[in-house]
Amino acid sequence: MGSYINPVYPYRRPPELDRASTMRHPVVIVGAGPVGLTAALDLALRGQQVIVLDEDNTVSVGSRAICWAQRTLEIWDRLGVAQRMLDKGVLWDTGKLYVGERLIYQFQMQSQAHQRFPAFINLQQYYVEQYLVERCADFPAIDLRWKNKLVGIEQDGDEVRLKIETPDGVYGLAAQYVIAADGVRSPVRSMMGLSFDGQVFNDRFLIADVRMTAEFPSERWFWFDPPFHRGQSVLLHRQADEVFRIDFQLGPNADPDVEKQLDRVTPRLKAMLGERQFDYEWVSVYSFSCRCMESFNHGRVFFAGDAAHVVSPFGARGGNSGVQDADNLVWKLDLVLRNQAPSALLETYSQERVPAAREHIHHSTRSTDFITPRNDASRVLRDAVLSLAADYPFARALINSGRLSQASRYEATPLATADERAWSGGAAPGAPAPDGPLGNRWLFDGAGERFRLLAFEAKVAGEPGLETIAIGKDDDHTGVLWQRYDAQPGTVYLLRPDRHVAARWRRYDAQAVRTALRRAMAA
Amino acid sequence: MTEKTLRLDPGIADPDGFYNALVDCYRDLDERQVGLLNARLILLLANQIGDQALLGEALQRAREGI
Ligand SMILES: Cc1cc2nc3c(=O)[nH]c(=O)nc-3n(C[C@H](O)[C@H](O)[C@H](O)COP(=O)(O)OP(=O)(O)OC[C@H]3O[C@@H](n4cnc5c(N)ncnc54)[C@H](O)[C@@H]3O)c2cc1C
Repeated sequence: MGSYINPVYPYRRPPELDRASTMRHPVVIVGAGPVGLTAALDLALRGQQVIVLDEDNTVSVGSRAICWAQRTLEIWDRLGVAQRMLDKGVLWDTGKLYVGERLIYQFQMQSQAHQRFPAFINLQQYYVEQYLVERCADFPAIDLRWKNKLVGIEQDGDEVRLKIETPDGVYGLAAQYVIAADGVRSPVRSMMGLSFDGQVFNDRFLIADVRMTAEFPSERWFWFDPPFHRGQSVLLHRQADEVFRIDFQLGPNADPDVEKQLDRVTPRLKAMLGERQFDYEWVSVYSFSCRCMESFNHGRVFFAGDAAHVVSPFGARGGNSGVQDADNLVWKLDLVLRNQAPSALLETYSQERVPAAREHIHHSTRSTDFITPRNDASRVLRDAVLSLAADYPFARALINSGRLSQASRYEATPLATADERAWSGGAAPGAPAPDGPLGNRWLFDGAGERFRLLAFEAKVAGEPGLETIAIGKDDDHTGVLWQRYDAQPGTVYLLRPDRHVAARWRRYDAQAVRTALRRAMAA
Repeated sequence: MTEKTLRLDPGIADPDGFYNALVDCYRDLDERQVGLLNARLILLLANQIGDQALLGEALQRAREGI
């Protein structure tokens, strides 16, 4: 149906089928989706050997995720693939909201000024995965095994033992650590007998991704109760290759098998698009749930991405938060594998990412409750908001058609050192460290993968394992960077390898930096 | 500074007049429309109050009485 031809990646007979291996691999990743592939690249970049297993031999079938957030692009930039995504993706930062036929308001995600990456790009998940897979080929340390299906897993204090099925038979692998990035149905989770609780929503949605030449700008358009689809909501969003995502709310009683028939979908599209010509790219009917594991760490197995948490699609939180899981986990694994940090550091993966997932679920549940009211009372309230919003600005703030995801702040993290005095802004300990212009480049251009000290006109001594970035007033002619960090001459920030703030000071103190650095490694 | 709490002493200048206006407001509306009107009214008044703690207290007192 679609114009995108799924690549077929070669299956290679694993050596273990011919010669049982006694080797214990440092890390095995289960699942080559966006999350597993991101983790693999990050590990390889840090010099770790990694095996990635995937039961399939291609990328995502159908567009699935389309909105990728600034933070995700920053992470992929560190891994050397963001530019390709940017070149192919559709940049957007404006959302428009319609009630009935009327444009109620429009919002800007963020000012484009002095931002290296846009708030969002739209790019079909198959391109994202394809670019990640192709980037993996640059790293001999990544052993990507297609048609390798995990069928068994067990662990003791020393290692995890995996059983893997291939077209040529079954073999075993032993690993020090396993990242389970095997998606929402996570076979690892079920084989380990772990629960995945949450809330199931009844409403069904129809996704029709169509190709057409249309004059629509690259914006997110959302309708409540449009004339072409009364009583329900509709979303329109442009992707690469002139593909548009159109998402129709169908209500709880829709029959998915009936609704995805094209003779059923076409009239819905015609009602919306009029006489425009279009071709189908992907059609799917979905419902969703919000679920989260209680802990993402189970011994030597770490759950990441959809395997660990799922949300409704409103807000583009699923894939984006999964990529941040990988970003959070990998530097910790690397330090522990090198014996540079105690294994207690790994516990903070779950400590930091479970609250992040719960926050995503919290936001997405609120959006869901607004878009698909659960009872008559909340529907009346919702409709009252919509009817007031046309005339009064205050009510527009109450409309929730999906609050789009932002990088998580690790507010209660044990890795952060609390501020000693009051700051009037900037990036607090635990918060993501903002990028910004530095001279004629960007703060995070070419920056390494290690802990970093940002020194705002501050004299600092070198520390082993710590890279210093000096930021003079003259380097920042816009003043943006100084402002984003609430900096004064002498201000020093300690950043973690995943570019979250570990600590900050108004005056450099070598001893305080050393203590904070140890704390940030759970030492 | 004392914390703000919901005002529970008489605060409406002309109680009879207001009550009458409210009842009038519902005239000729069916049940669905009354529901919508009530909801719009709540939202308008809530925005006027603005304060989250006060609104929370109002929600609680309204619910307690049922
Ligand atoms: C309609 C829709 C719209 C969405 N829109 C967005 C959006 O705009 N933005 C966003 O951020 N997110 C969005 N999402 C969510 C996003 O698609 C997911 O969060 C994302 O795919 C999760 O990535 P993952 O790597 O964790 O899992 P997956 O992409 O599911 O990958 C799991 C991988 O594990 C492999 N696997 C499974 N079992 C085994 C096994 N036994 N052995 C070996 N391999 C195995 C599978 O083959 C698969 O490749 C959307 C989802 C849907 C359905």
